[in-house]
Parts: sequence; structure tokens; C-alpha cells
Amino acid sequence: MTIEEFIIHIEEEFDDLKPGLLKPENKFRGMFEWSSINALILIAMVKTEYDVTLSADDLIRSVTVQNLYDIVKSRVQE
Amino acid sequence: MALFSIPHVRIAGMAASVPKPREHNADYNWISKKERDSLIKNIGVEFRRVAPKGVTTADLCVIAAEKLLNELEWDRKEVELLVFVSQSRDYLVPTTACIIQDRLGLPHSCIAYDVGLGCSGYVYGLSMVGSMMQSGAIKKALLMVGDISTLTTSYRDKSTYPLFGDAGTVTALEYSPEAKPFVFNLQTDGSGYQAIMIRDGGARHKMTRQSFDMKKISKGIIRSRLNVELDGIEVFNFSLREVVPNIKALLKSTERSLDDIDFLVFHQANLLINNTIRKMLKLDPAKVPYSIKEYGNTSGASVPLTMVSQLREQLMAGKVKLLLSAFGVGLSWGSVLLETDGIVCPEVIEFNK
Repeated sequence: MTIEEFIIHIEEEFDDLKPGLLKPENKFRGMFEWSSINALILIAMVKTEYDVTLSADDLIRSVTVQNLYDIVKSRVQE
Repeated sequence: MALFSIPHVRIAGMAASVPKPREHNADYNWISKKERDSLIKNIGVEFRRVAPKGVTTADLCVIAAEKLLNELEWDRKEVELLVFVSQSRDYLVPTTACIIQDRLGLPHSCIAYDVGLGCSGYVYGLSMVGSMMQSGAIKKALLMVGDISTLTTSYRDKSTYPLFGDAGTVTALEYSPEAKPFVFNLQTDGSGYQAIMIRDGGARHKMTRQSFDMKKISKGIIRSRLNVELDGIEVFNFSLREVVPNIKALLKSTERSLDDIDFLVFHQANLLINNTIRKMLKLDPAKVPYSIKEYGNTSGASVPLTMVSQLREQLMAGKVKLLLSAFGVGLSWGSVLLETDGIVCPEVIEFNK
């Protein structure tokens, strides 16, 4: 998996994100009005695309898109 | 794993009843319009039925049972088992099923008891009723499953209030030596008991004055210890972790595949959970009916309510191979493979007090 592909999957899930603008260093909670529903959408995408489970703690610990990607990538390789 | 089959029992009929008053989540002013739109789109609940004050789950189930018993033309004296599965019983004491036995005019030879399960209740209920009937000693039984969940949600809790709706259902089962077996896979993980719970009012934490205090938990969530609370991410991850392996183990044990099944009816948890499970199983959307848009998450009633509201024509017309899967509070979950063959199924009843 690559971070570019990871970002495309995120952009596909959220109508508020214009394609091509999200960068690895961006704070994913700052990209738009963050809500608990968005958290579920993100968890569902990661489970469906990568078969990886994200916990509430994972989301709290992650600040940037890169942080999130690193967690997912470490578990995909396990 | 609790994998087992129950022979000689068939579903004769099903009915469901919902309160007539309907709330539209577009009018839920506790959250912004944008959040409401996202809720309706992603969580999938547009409308919810809300029981008026004083109407209980037992009332909804009794209305449904009256209609079903009349359409089945069953002699009530022959009904010798009544199981009421609910987390919104009429009283702490006595058992609601005993009161319903009398209200319906069932005989004194009738076994009646309550079971305190929620979301998983329909699948568990079928296993309990089926187990007691399979020997043929009991010929006719009623399984009631439902909840008035809106009784315990806080309006100022966006994680629960716009999710739950009220419904009561009844399923009539009869002994039938020719019936194909029901095959179950039932599971439990009580380590997750706090994922969905009401903290006070039971024996562990009795109700006190402090139980009523409304406290801010996080943004958009203000509730008391008498309100139901729901840890969305925990429930979400539990569902995505357990439901698919549970179904696959059931199919494997019966040497069947998803292609052999006409419809998979899931507990209507929320649209995001259900769509993700559907994608994980690579299921054709046409085989997976939903009632969540119209009725919300109706707790244990959601599987039978989805069957009655979405599959009524097919269930009445002829043979239907079903896989039912229900999961949630407990944590408790299970699935069952069964076949129906032309059941009696009146339209969803709207209960107006």
C-alpha cells in the first residue's frame, strides 16, 4: 500500500474533500467539520480496504494523515 | 462454538407493530443541519417511531399477536409456550410474559417467561422456543421480541436519540415433523458489557437521586445514569470483527454458501455497519433488505420487523431460504439458517393509542 492510495480512499469517502488537496502532513480532523460519524466512516473504509481495525485510541493518537497511514500500514504487514 | 440445529419446527406466521407517531431526523434540532444530513445519509435513519407515554413493548406485541392469531385461526388454548424477549419489560417484577399470557387468553398450561436480551434477541429467541418445541410436546408457541428504546434515550445525546425506534413483533411457531432444521451459531463476549448500557436502576447500582443528574459527557452528549449510553466505535468494531466469522462458521458447518440463500436479514444496527458487513461478505444488495431508513434501530425487533416490512410478499408466497444475523448489547450475537414456506404475515400494524 502507498500513502497516495490511502489518501485517495479517504477522499472518496468524504464529500467535503476536494480530490487532490489532502496531503500526508494535514491534520485529518482539521480538514472539515469532524464528527463521530466521520470517525466511523474512516474506520469502515480502513476495515473494508485494508482489513485493519482502528480503535478510538488510534484515532486520538493520530494527528496527521501520515500518523493514521503508519498505523494502518504497520498492521497490514503483520 | 455454540453451533447446533433444531429440527421439526416451522414458522407459521409473523407480525409486527409500531407506534403511529413518527419523528423525522431532519427535525432533530440538537445537532446542526449538516450533522443531521450526515446522520441520515451515513447512519441511515430518516424516520423513527416513538411510543406515546404509557405504551409499552408488551402493548405493541399484544396488538401484533391478536392480529396474527386471528389470521392464523389458531385455537389460543393450544398455545403452550410464550417467550417475551425485551429490555423494556412492563415491571421489574413480575415477568411481563405472565401478564401477556392472561391478556391474550392463553391457557394455564402455557409456559411463559421473559428473556432480557436486546439486539441479538430474535435469533436467541428462536433457539429457545425451537429447543423447547422440537420433541413435539409443545405444538404451538409465540415468540415476542421488541423494545421501547426511546424510553431511555436522552434527547441531548446525539449518539443514541436519533438512532433508536420502537417496535414489537410476534412470531408464531408450530411443531412440524417435516420441517427443515434451523441451524444456529450463537456467541457471547461479556467483556464488552459497557459498550451499550444503562448504569443505574438495576441491582448493581440502584436508582438514587443522583441517577437523574444530567451530565455532559462530550460534545453533543448530555445524559443521566438512567439513559442508555452507546460507545459507537466499540460497537462498530465489535460488529465488524465478529459478525462475518460467525456467519462463515455457520455456513461451513452446514456446507452451504451465500449463493444458496435468498435473503440475509441483519440486525439494523446502523447503515454504515450494515453496508460494511455486506461489502465484507460481497453480498448482492438485492439480497439484503433494510428497514433502518423507515424505522431506525429497533433493537431485537429489527430482524423480524425487516422481514415483515420488506419481505412480506416473498414470505407469504412460498419457500424462502434465510440467514438471519443479529448482534449487539451484551455483547451477544448469533445467526441462524432457516427456511420458511408460505407463512401468514399481515402488514406492519400502526398502533394508535
